[in-house]
Amino acid sequence: MIRPLLRWIDDRTGIQGLMREVLFERVPGGARWRYVWGSTLTFTFLIQVITGIILWAAYSPSSQTAWESVFYIQHQMWGGWLVRGIHHYTAQAMNILLVLHLVQVMIDGAYRAPREFNFWFGILMLLVVLALSLTGYLLPWDQKGYWATRVATNIVGLTPVVGPQLQQVLIGGVDYGHHTLTRFFALHAGVLPAMLVILTVAHIWLFRRHGIKARTPYRKPDAYFWPDQLLKDAVACLGVMAAVLLLVLTLGTPLDAPADPSEPYSAARPEWYFLFLFQLLKYFPGELELIGALVIPTVVLALLFLMPLLGRWRVGHAFNLLVLVAIFGGAGYLTVAAVRQDRSDPDHVRAVAQARRDAERAITLASAPAGIPVDGAVALLRNDAFTRGPRLFAQHCASCHYYDGHDGMGGVPKDPPTAPDLKGFASRAWIADLLDPEHVDGPRFFGGTAFKEGRMVRFVKRSIPRFSEEDQQQLALAIKALSAEANLPAQRELDAAEAEQIAAGRKALLSEAMRCTECHEFHQPIADANGPTLTGYGSRDWTIRFIADPAHADFYGSRNDRMPAYRTSGILTDTEIELITDWIRGDWYQPAAAPVPSTP
Amino acid sequence: MDPSSAPHPETPADPGRREFLTKACTVAVGGVATIPPLLGGIAVAFDPVRRPNPSGTGFVRVTRLEALPADGVPRKFTVVSDRVDAWNKFPETPVGAIYLRRISETEIVALHSTCPHAGCFVDYVPGRNHFWCPCHNSAFGVDGSIETVGSPSARGLDGLAVEIRNGNEVWVKFQNFRTGSAEQIPV
Repeated sequence: MIRPLLRWIDDRTGIQGLMREVLFERVPGGARWRYVWGSTLTFTFLIQVITGIILWAAYSPSSQTAWESVFYIQHQMWGGWLVRGIHHYTAQAMNILLVLHLVQVMIDGAYRAPREFNFWFGILMLLVVLALSLTGYLLPWDQKGYWATRVATNIVGLTPVVGPQLQQVLIGGVDYGHHTLTRFFALHAGVLPAMLVILTVAHIWLFRRHGIKARTPYRKPDAYFWPDQLLKDAVACLGVMAAVLLLVLTLGTPLDAPADPSEPYSAARPEWYFLFLFQLLKYFPGELELIGALVIPTVVLALLFLMPLLGRWRVGHAFNLLVLVAIFGGAGYLTVAAVRQDRSDPDHVRAVAQARRDAERAITLASAPAGIPVDGAVALLRNDAFTRGPRLFAQHCASCHYYDGHDGMGGVPKDPPTAPDLKGFASRAWIADLLDPEHVDGPRFFGGTAFKEGRMVRFVKRSIPRFSEEDQQQLALAIKALSAEANLPAQRELDAAEAEQIAAGRKALLSEAMRCTECHEFHQPIADANGPTLTGYGSRDWTIRFIADPAHADFYGSRNDRMPAYRTSGILTDTEIELITDWIRGDWYQPAAAPVPSTP
Repeated sequence: MDPSSAPHPETPADPGRREFLTKACTVAVGGVATIPPLLGGIAVAFDPVRRPNPSGTGFVRVTRLEALPADGVPRKFTVVSDRVDAWNKFPETPVGAIYLRRISETEIVALHSTCPHAGCFVDYVPGRNHFWCPCHNSAFGVDGSIETVGSPSARGLDGLAVEIRNGNEVWVKFQNFRTGSAEQIPV
């Protein structure tokens, strides 16, 4: 039954002959491990085509949906993380396998006559694969891909004469946006794979035409490609797949925060296989950049292309191998140098940590029940206190205030603080420390301010130490009551559980013994208030109003020390003040039953 | 060196058997190597199957009784409801259209605007007092029943549950149904 059917098909297609042609390639001297690299490359390319088409069916190339659809693939779709992970790491494996294939071909001398064209096709394929990596890097439209692509396409813009026009054509306009994505996607999923398919067919056809450049002396009898060599190839492919899976499972597949042209990204680096080019550029500052960016790579490529011809020369082969060692040695040295420089640079280490924090936050917000707004996920981060609060604090507040001893972003300002440290502002611990004679005129509170020797400091340093035991207990209650005014998210449960103590504390706060209301208002007006009102102290509303205008009569009035009126003088918008306030108060979206994200 | 003149070691005892093992191993190893992307790909491709219709199947407020003419002429209304589209959530957005018809003081009939044959949008033609599907030229009566002889549709227009709440608010249970079948099956 089967046999006649096969014969019927074969009579009409010649399929059996083709299969024989494909499978029964003679391998002189038997199968060897050193011949596996070409097959692993074919295998990885097939994997990329399969996973790529699957990803294609879920990916949406526009600046409002690219990151969002990749997020959806990675975190919401069945097996999406696996397919994207395999695609991501197989791309990197291809770059390594290309180098191994090239090295094997060079060492075995398989690039020389009559195989010149096959070598040239191979170099072209190497370039196409690098172009695939470069275009694929942008598609998630995350910070990393966005900024790396800006650098790469700006280098294209350096091309003499036609540079700017070339860049404009490539990115689909003068700025990066929808058409950068559609164009890169068309290149990545259409043009470049088609080129690679054509080149691969030509490469394999030529390879079969010339036959394998067998390594001598032969150690075994001749064998055929199927099954002897193919078994070794299959084992190598399995090894590649195992390595890729291991990377997917241990490292995970990165997705940075969504691209934001308004948000600096100091952690910007190309993928590791382009790091040597990145490092090379550092040695050519300013106008000389053209040399590092275009001239040297072009010269190296030209040298590679000339190798089959140079190989005819008596010592040509040795020369070529030497050049190859120099190229890969140089690239390796530059890569290591780039990594080492980054690792020893505290600013870069901090930038990487910041990028990771933003990435995690973006995923958390995008996974929230509210979903992603139509403006895209970048709007989620722009309106998030946890993300923007510390940035705004570092920019506008940290020249006077510290936050837990740093500028909010983990950096240490060059000047000592001249205003209180706002970590835990209005919390029980913070107020208790403020009222501690040890701390009140220290750098965490009034030490750097005009109030260092003011009435509040005097009261804390002179009167509180003389408090009787009962007064001390009253003071402890008053602290709880005052802190409860802030309604801090972190203390909400505690405040609710100790409602009675807080009620008693309110009374204590108003009592003459505590002396608070000699200067501060607390839910009832007093004649000559000259300290900030304690009504709603540290609450969202109180803090927003304070930042808006600290010299308001409810706060420091005319005694205000240097703090600008951020709203009334137009330094910050309402939203920005709200973001700073919410961040200081620890008030931001947290997924239910998930660990509280750590502040830097 | 000519490959054929290379020194050949002794032939193994049972080349046929050895060859078969090699072939089997090759197929097995190669097969295993392609399993991860294949499994992942199938999972991603079939991901939509596991997602229930996210647009709620509860009642939505459509209009008020006063907006419906007393003479029983159908009127078209847009249904506004929350909609989920993959990663986006659209609160209060148009999700479809229905026809409402008043048959007594407090009785309302709701018909889905989608033709149950192939899902085209059915239009009400006031002059002929019927619903007209332009895709395959078929008509439905004002009550939704099949009017065209030999209509391609297997059932009449889909009725939807209606409730009058708070005296004069018209609430409709908006849902979509599978096309082509004689039965009304929600999707």
